[in-house]
Amino acid sequence: MSDVASGVANVPAREALSQPGAAAVVRLAAPWLALAVAFAILPAIFTSGSALTMLSLMGIMIVFALSYNMLLGETGLLSFGHAVYYGLGGFLAVHAMNTIIHDRLPIPLPLIPLVGGFSGLLFGIIFGSVSTRRAGTAFAMISLGLGELVASSSLILRGFFGGEEGVSTNRTKLLHVFGLNFGPQIQVYYLIAGWCLLCMIAMYALTRTPFGRMCNAVRENPERAQFVGYNPRMVRFIAFSLAGLFAGIAGALAAVNFELVNSSEVGAGQSGLVLLAAYIGGIGSFIGPVIGAVLVTWLEVMLSDVTDVWQLYFGLLFIGMVMFAPNGIAGLIMMHAPLWQARAYRPMLRLALVYLVALAPALVLLAGLILFTEMTYHLSVKATEGTTISVFHIAVDAASAKSWAAAAILIAGGFWLFRMTWPVVGAAWHEAFAQARGAGSVK
Amino acid sequence: MTAPAIELVDLHKNFGATQIIRGVSLSVPAGQRHAIIGPNGAGKSTLFNLISGRFTPTSGTVRLNGEDVTGLPPHVINRRGLSRSFQVTNIFPRLSVWENIRCAVLWSLGYKYAFWRGIEALPDVRARTEAILESIELINRRRVQAGVLAYAEQRALEIGITIAGGAGIILLDEPSAGMSVAEAARAVALIRKVSEGRTLIMIEHDMGVVFDLADRISVLVYGQIIASDIPARIKQDRAVQTAYLGTAA
Repeated sequence: MSDVASGVANVPAREALSQPGAAAVVRLAAPWLALAVAFAILPAIFTSGSALTMLSLMGIMIVFALSYNMLLGETGLLSFGHAVYYGLGGFLAVHAMNTIIHDRLPIPLPLIPLVGGFSGLLFGIIFGSVSTRRAGTAFAMISLGLGELVASSSLILRGFFGGEEGVSTNRTKLLHVFGLNFGPQIQVYYLIAGWCLLCMIAMYALTRTPFGRMCNAVRENPERAQFVGYNPRMVRFIAFSLAGLFAGIAGALAAVNFELVNSSEVGAGQSGLVLLAAYIGGIGSFIGPVIGAVLVTWLEVMLSDVTDVWQLYFGLLFIGMVMFAPNGIAGLIMMHAPLWQARAYRPMLRLALVYLVALAPALVLLAGLILFTEMTYHLSVKATEGTTISVFHIAVDAASAKSWAAAAILIAGGFWLFRMTWPVVGAAWHEAFAQARGAGSVK
Repeated sequence: MTAPAIELVDLHKNFGATQIIRGVSLSVPAGQRHAIIGPNGAGKSTLFNLISGRFTPTSGTVRLNGEDVTGLPPHVINRRGLSRSFQVTNIFPRLSVWENIRCAVLWSLGYKYAFWRGIEALPDVRARTEAILESIELINRRRVQAGVLAYAEQRALEIGITIAGGAGIILLDEPSAGMSVAEAARAVALIRKVSEGRTLIMIEHDMGVVFDLADRISVLVYGQIIASDIPARIKQDRAVQTAYLGTAA
């Protein structure tokens, strides 16, 4: 869907076939300048220490998720072991930092992500030369195998991986430039933001090169790509190696941020997380994994604060997205693009109101499900701590029949009301598009 | 005397115990429009798959402009100057028409796996893509997703992808299959135009198209070429009539 949108966007208008002028350059640079400004002022808006940490984590995850999407979204390679390159990038970065500190080498901290990137690239080349010989299921299985291989060696090669506790470092002990010691989180945030911006631009630019376009072609139809002169294996191999490069940069940024890397960072959990982030955000467009990375990081931090079973909710969200919105959040947004392009603002506004009306019972349903889940979890796992729990800051007795009845009513009532809104939403949707078509610009 | 564009020497292909191609030898000089006809299951598409590298021959030799290319992978054979279309439309369905053609011109213009240059800033890529789209008359459909084109348009796109790389030897597998009479006539005109100055080999069932286009016709029956001659004489050939045309008439 949105691949097509991006493909179509690249088609030049016939009259604009001349070389891009100054106006085009401005148009190209404007979004990135806006993003740079946003990155710069975000810490002024979200001032708390925890917000700064979260922003840093989001920046790392954006790079990681975009690197993953070079495989899944752009080239059609489903990897279950992308954390290998992230984690190894992190480990080599942390070892490099310790060596630099030990030998007092004149290398400042901002260059450390290069070590991670180089490591990711190197391991991408090594493992990619094996795994990218095949696509599809075989590739997925090999990526899973390589992931397990590295994860299990992380527990055996304790000298390199540091065993259970991992390898720690001190980011403040490297050469200081411009008086920056990278002790305060704000300095680390800007380091991450800078690298994030750089990587985003690079990965976006990559999609608009001959190689990037052939990644899409190989994803769509590897056989046809072969009959126009391209070796699909080589395309996959280069994509895999470059994805390793950017994953390694993300891993090194994580190492700088936490001053610690442990074996969980090369493991299946981390590989799964990046898959979820890219998929939930939407693998069909460049912006999708960015949205996914921000959302998943936020959920990970927020949910794990308020509930022990956050991973359950996380999994349910993923299943829900796969079932009902396979193009991700970006896909849901892009569905409305024709309305926007047709300047059908009034129908859009009406549609938004209808969405809000549908959202209310959906939230009631969700509240009921959460209540049910939390009570079940508490009674089955934490029964010794008493039966009173706090859900949405309301004290609830998980042992009382009234609480269960409340949950049942919320679920049933919420679903019933939500179900009633479906035809209304559908009608509003069709009406909005009919009106936009009436305006003449939607085909 | 220059080497023939395509030369097949005693080509065999077996699938398990089944012999599909049983000793095909054929020489097509540069610039010829050569049609291969024959009943269903004669092995015509298999022969194309052997020439274009999709299958490896069991035995025998395939030469392209005098060079042995037997058993080379399709992308290498393509780079040596042979391009093919498919009987079942084989395009990039979720890419735009523009992207479909652009992907097909990149290698021949020397951009290979370049990941360091912006594709929009390559005037030769843009010009070639535009020229191909003009010639297959899909320039006004360039923004459309290829998968939603009408059937005849997809067949034209298929031919466009095939010729986009500027290959000197073109194999077309049933280019007019499934088309109405009017569409087939347009396809013939298109093929005549795009095969100008190239060597063309095509598989075709529509005898009107064959006799209209071909300089020479080979008849493939049960994995062997039973006749190879100019159209006028193929029409009269008794063996051909019994084996093929006779059943159709």
